[in-house]
Amino acid sequence: MRLCAQNLTLERGGKRLFTALHFELQAGTLTRLTGPNGSGKTSLLRSLAGLGDWQDGSLRLAGGHAEFSIGAQSHFIAHQEAVKLALTARENLEFWQGFLGGGDVQEALAAFALEPLADLPAAWASSGQKRRLALARLALAFRPIWLLDEPSVGLDTASQSRLAALMKAHLAKGGIILAATHVPLGLETTHEINLGAA
Amino acid sequence: MSAAFALLKRDLRLAFRQAGGTGTALGFFLTFVVLLPLGLGPDQALLQRIAPGALWIALLLSVLLSADRIFQSDYDDGSLEIMAMGPQDLGLMALTKAFSHWLTAGLPLAIAAPILGLLINLEPERMLPQAIAMLIGSMALSLLASLGAAVTLGIRRGGPLVSLLILPLYVPVLIFGVAASGGMTQKPALLILAAISLASLVLCPWGAAAAIRAHLR
Repeated sequence: MRLCAQNLTLERGGKRLFTALHFELQAGTLTRLTGPNGSGKTSLLRSLAGLGDWQDGSLRLAGGHAEFSIGAQSHFIAHQEAVKLALTARENLEFWQGFLGGGDVQEALAAFALEPLADLPAAWASSGQKRRLALARLALAFRPIWLLDEPSVGLDTASQSRLAALMKAHLAKGGIILAATHVPLGLETTHEINLGAA
Repeated sequence: MSAAFALLKRDLRLAFRQAGGTGTALGFFLTFVVLLPLGLGPDQALLQRIAPGALWIALLLSVLLSADRIFQSDYDDGSLEIMAMGPQDLGLMALTKAFSHWLTAGLPLAIAAPILGLLINLEPERMLPQAIAMLIGSMALSLLASLGAAVTLGIRRGGPLVSLLILPLYVPVLIFGVAASGGMTQKPALLILAAISLASLVLCPWGAAAAIRAHLR
């Protein structure tokens, strides 16, 4: 499986973010997406997820399910947590289990040590705990491509290493991870896309 | 389909757990019906004549009360983005959300309206036709409301704007709904009302999905 961008040009609000961007994400690799604030990291991730337009160039997935879009084969962890505050952590994950198709809620809770919060309303959770609940979607249903936007923001060190372990396991399964981040992810990264330099 | 069921289950759970759902709609309806005779005076014949139409107007307004919230909370917390990524069809999700809005607003109101109609002297033999017409018509109301909610997504305090956009579209439902609730033209009007609901069923989720996609871009 390979995710390729060719000659990609992206504009947002009339401002050109980058032009002629090339990259190729191979199966089993973690790629860091870096660049200063406002350089288009989130916009690029949204375009990959099928939520945003791009002006020129192409995005293509080779070796995936041809009948599904890139977005349908991806997890997108955005700034917003997509957590319903009136529901408990377990109910939140049960919904995503039904929606995303499959997965084990108990396992997903365990992946980020959320068991003590499982039956409390998510409104009581701290922002770091809500972040963990959002990240638990990664462990819930399998998607080959992970698009992560600042995944480790607000996480304590224990949760950061849980996230690193989860990413490592995903890469071992041949997954693709593209993570926009300013801080080290606790994982060796060999690939980097720097939007500031482009 | 399992995704649609999961969404329906979650939305119903949220509606029962959060304030401002069914209870508010029913309360608003009750207040409207109680205020009407106070404003018009105790003329029983007059009330009886206007009761079906008054109940319909109360239904339109009560359904609109919660219309802007059909997609808003999912838009605000980012859930809508994940839903739009697929592989589930966004149109089916929009239909599911309209259906859960109908279950929590339209359906209880359609059942309660004829009974509350006794407060404004609704004729007892008109109660059943009124309930049937409202059951059918309220589906179109919820579906059109979902379209308006999708178009006004992301606008702060979009509630009044949804009402402005959607009320003109409610005019046919109101006209044929009142006609189907009694009088000579009952059956043809009921059929036209059903046709409006079915047309909304086909067109509104599709339009709502297109509007949501446009907003997310």
